[in-house]
Amino acid sequence: MRPAHLIYEYSSTGRSGVALPQPDPDAPMVSDVIPADELRADLPLPEVSQNDVMRHYVGLSQKNFCIDTDMYPLGSCTMKYNPKVNEVTARLPGLAAIHPWQPDAQVQGALELLYELERLISAITGFAAITLQPAAGAQGEFTGMMIIRAHLLHTGKRRSKVLIPDSAHGTNPATAAMCGYDVVGIPTDERGELDVNALEASLDDEVAGIMMTVPNTLGLFESRIERICELTHDAGGYVYCDGANMNAMVGWVRPAELGIDVMHLNLHKTFSTPHGGGGPGAGALCVTGELEPYLPTPKVVRNEDGSFERRDDFPESIGRLHGSAGNFGNLVRTYTYIRSLGDSGLREVGELAVLNANYLRTKLSDLYEQAYDRTCMHEVVFAGLKDSADGIHTLDVAKRLIDFGFHPPTIYFPLIVGEALMIEPTETESVETLDRFVDAMRQIAHEARDEPDLLKEAPTSTPVRRLDETRAARRPNVRWTPDSPG
Amino acid sequence: MSYAPNTPADRDRMLAAIGVDSVERLFADIPESLRGPDLDVSPPLAEVEVIGHLRELAEKNRDLDHLTSFLGAGWYDHHVPAFVDQLLLRSEFYTAYTPYQPEISQGTLQGIYEFQSMICGLTGMDVANASLYDGGSAVAEAINMAINATRRKTVLMADTVDPVYRAIAATYTEPRDVALRTVKTWSMREDGVLVEALGALHDAVDEDTACVVLQRPNYFGWIEDTSALIERARAVKAVVVIAADPVALGVLKPPGEIGADVAVGEVRHLAGPPSFGGPGAGYFATTKAHMRRVPGRIAGQTVDVEGKRGFVLTLQAREQHIRRERASSNICTNQALVALAATIHLAGLGRIGLQRLAELCVGNAHACAGRDWPDGFSVAVERPYVREFPLKCPKPAAEVNASLIERNILGGLELGRFWDELEDYMLVAFTEKTGARAQTGLIDALRDAT
Repeated sequence: MRPAHLIYEYSSTGRSGVALPQPDPDAPMVSDVIPADELRADLPLPEVSQNDVMRHYVGLSQKNFCIDTDMYPLGSCTMKYNPKVNEVTARLPGLAAIHPWQPDAQVQGALELLYELERLISAITGFAAITLQPAAGAQGEFTGMMIIRAHLLHTGKRRSKVLIPDSAHGTNPATAAMCGYDVVGIPTDERGELDVNALEASLDDEVAGIMMTVPNTLGLFESRIERICELTHDAGGYVYCDGANMNAMVGWVRPAELGIDVMHLNLHKTFSTPHGGGGPGAGALCVTGELEPYLPTPKVVRNEDGSFERRDDFPESIGRLHGSAGNFGNLVRTYTYIRSLGDSGLREVGELAVLNANYLRTKLSDLYEQAYDRTCMHEVVFAGLKDSADGIHTLDVAKRLIDFGFHPPTIYFPLIVGEALMIEPTETESVETLDRFVDAMRQIAHEARDEPDLLKEAPTSTPVRRLDETRAARRPNVRWTPDSPG
Repeated sequence: MSYAPNTPADRDRMLAAIGVDSVERLFADIPESLRGPDLDVSPPLAEVEVIGHLRELAEKNRDLDHLTSFLGAGWYDHHVPAFVDQLLLRSEFYTAYTPYQPEISQGTLQGIYEFQSMICGLTGMDVANASLYDGGSAVAEAINMAINATRRKTVLMADTVDPVYRAIAATYTEPRDVALRTVKTWSMREDGVLVEALGALHDAVDEDTACVVLQRPNYFGWIEDTSALIERARAVKAVVVIAADPVALGVLKPPGEIGADVAVGEVRHLAGPPSFGGPGAGYFATTKAHMRRVPGRIAGQTVDVEGKRGFVLTLQAREQHIRRERASSNICTNQALVALAATIHLAGLGRIGLQRLAELCVGNAHACAGRDWPDGFSVAVERPYVREFPLKCPKPAAEVNASLIERNILGGLELGRFWDELEDYMLVAFTEKTGARAQTGLIDALRDAT
C-alpha cells in the first residue's frame, strides 16, 4: 500500500495532464480584454502528468471498501448490488449529453423517461403524484414538509409543531426545523413501535403532522400505522413517511394505502443507484392527490398529442428545488433498474431483503442481544453483545469485522438502543455470504469474551488503523496549503 | 432479474432455520388486506432489451455530441478528459457510501480533502465542504448560514444572480422569518446594450442586511464592479456571498480576494456532460470565522494510533445526525462522486491547464464577439466579460434558435425566459469546443436566419 501522499505532493512546476486545443491565433489575450485588477496572480493547483493522476486516484480507490468488495450490511443505507447495465444506460450520449435548457422538443426522450418513471413509482407506492426533483432523501423530506406546510397555510391553518418518534433519522428533526416547526418527540413502546397513547396525548390543533419511518429504524413494521394515520388525520395533521426503508415493502404493500400522505424514496437505496462515496443520491417525493397542487415546478406533463412538456404554471406550487429535473443521471439508472426487474423482480426485492435479515437475526440472536425480540423486516437491530469482557463495545465489534473483510453495520443508531448494531443485508446477498458473515460475527462474539485485545486493537489489516478524531476536530486541518507539512 | 441470488431451495433452507413455513409469515405485521398487491409494472426486461429500450429513448433527444452548442447559463459543454470517467467507473469509488468507517474509506476521505483544498485554492477561501446538491442549493445554504450568523432579517440578491439559484433560494428561505429582496442591477441603454446599475442594490444595504448575494461573472457573463458595494456590505457587517464559475476562476481574481465571506458555485461542467442538469455538485467555501456553521460533510486530516497520516469526517457537531433539530442543515448525502470527478479533472488540468482552459473560453468568446455580425445582431454588453455575453437579435431569440437547430447549432439561452423585456436577447456561451470553425458556423447560420 502506498503512503498517503496528497496529489499536490507529486507536483512539479510546468506539468499538466490534459491536452487542450490550441488557441485561435486571432483570439485576443485575456490581459487585453479583462482589466489587470480583475485577474488573479496565482492559481494553487497541483501540476502533475496524466499518468500521475491515474496512479494517484487508482491508489486512493484501493484504500476504499465498497459493495463490489464484499457484503456491506450498513443498516438504513441499503447497500445492495449496483447493476452495471445502469452505468451503461446513464452514459448513453442521448441521455448524458443533454442540456437542461434545451427546448422541450429536443428532449422528448428524456421527458418521456421522467414521465414513465413517475408512473412506475406511482404503481409501486400507490401515491397519486410524484416529483423527481429532490437530489437526495433529505431534500425530499424538505420538499414534503414544505408541501404539508403550504397546504395547511393555504387552508388557513398556521400550525407550529411536528411530531417525530425518538427512533427517527436525524434528518427528520433537522428538516422540520428548517421548515420552521418545533419538534415534539414521541417515545417508542415496549414492542419497538411508536407509542400510540403518547401520540394521542400529543395530538392537538397545533400539530402539522408526524414524520414516521416505516418500517421504523428498529427494522420493525409499525403494525398500527393505519391507526396512527387515522388519529393524525382526525387531528387535522398529515403523515409524512421517511422512505429510507422502502426496500422492505417493495412489491408487498403500497404505502399510500396505509394512510400515509407524503413519502420520499431514496432511489440510491431501494432502487440501486450507486451511493458514490456519499452521493449523488436521488429522492423521489410521492404525495396524495390532495397535495399534488403543491409539488415543485417544473413538472413534466403529457399533452393530448402524446408529446411531453415541462410546465411551471402551477400557482400553488412550493416553487423550485433543483436546477433542473433532479439528479437525472440517477433517474435513468432507477428507470433501468425498475424495467429490468419488472413486476416479478420487484416482488422478490422485499421478499428476499426480509428473508435475509431474519436469517441473520435467527443465526445471531443467541450471542447478540436483539433490541426487540420479534420478527424483523429488512434489517435487524441488536443491542450489542450478550456476554463480553469489560470495556468491549459495539465500536470494537465493528472494527474487528473489518479484519474479517466485511463492512461493519451501522452502529450507535437508532439512538434509543444502547450499543446498537443495525444490520441490513439486502436481497442481493446469497445465503453462503450470509453464512460467512454469521461465522465472523460469532467468532468475534467469542473473542470478545476470551481474547478482547483482538477487538480493541482492530482493525490491523487496513491502510490506516483507528484514527484520532478528537484531534481532527480540535485542531482542524481541512485543506492543503503550500506550507502544509508533508 | 432482481439480482437476488437465493434460489427456491436456499429460501426453504433459510425459512427452516428461521422456523417459519412461508415468507408470507415474515410480513404478518402488514395489514392482510393490503398485503401483496398486484403491481401495474410490465414484466422484466433482459439486459439487451433494456439497453435497446433506453437507446430508443436516448435517440429521441438531440444530444450535444451531435450539435455545436452555444448554450451555457451555468451548464457549460466542456470536454471532460477520458481518464476522469475511467476513474469514476472504479467500483471502489462509486459503490462505496459515506465514509462512516474511516479505516476502510481513506480513498473517499482523501478525495474529499483534496476537493476541499482545490476549492479553497480556486476561491481564495479558508474552508470548503465536501459538496452540496448543486449551485442553487449552495446559494440557499449560504443564505441560511448568513441569517443564522447575523440574526438579521433581510437578504439582498442581485437579479444578475442565476434566476434558478434565486428561485431555489426563495423556496429554501420561505419558511424563515426573513425578507428575500431581489434588486435589479442592470439597465438597457437606448442602443439596446445592457449596462451595469448596482446603485439600487448598494443603497438597499443597511444594518438589517444579513447578506448580499452576487455572481461572478454575473448571469449575463460580465464582471461587475462590486468593490464599493462589497465595501458597504462589509461596513455594516453583512455577509457577502459570491457565486462563481470555477472555470472562470482559472483567470479571475478569486472571491476571497475581493471581500467574499462565502463562495459558492457549481462544478458539474468539470465533472462530465450536463446530464440534463443533474447530478451536479455545489461547492461551498467560507472563512475560518464561519467554519463551525458550514452545512454538510467536511473531511479533515489527522493521524492513526501509529502516527500515520489519515483522514476522517470532522466537525460533525454541526450535523443533523448529532445535532438533530439544531443542525446547520438537514443535508446528509452530498454529491461526492461528482465532486471527485471535478477533483480528478482539476488535478489533471493543474495550474497551467485550468488557466489555459479559461483563456480558451475567454479568447473564443471575444474572438466571436469581434466578428462581423449579420444585420440586426449585436453584442449587447458594456462591461468586461468572460465567456458569455448577451446577443441582441432582430427578432425573438426563440425564433432565431429554431432556425439554428436546423443546422445542428444549439443557440444561446433565451433571456426572455426570465426577463420579458429581453425577448430578443440570447446569452451566448463559449468553451474550448467553440473555436473559430464553430463561430463561423454560427455567424453563417445567423446570416441565413435573417
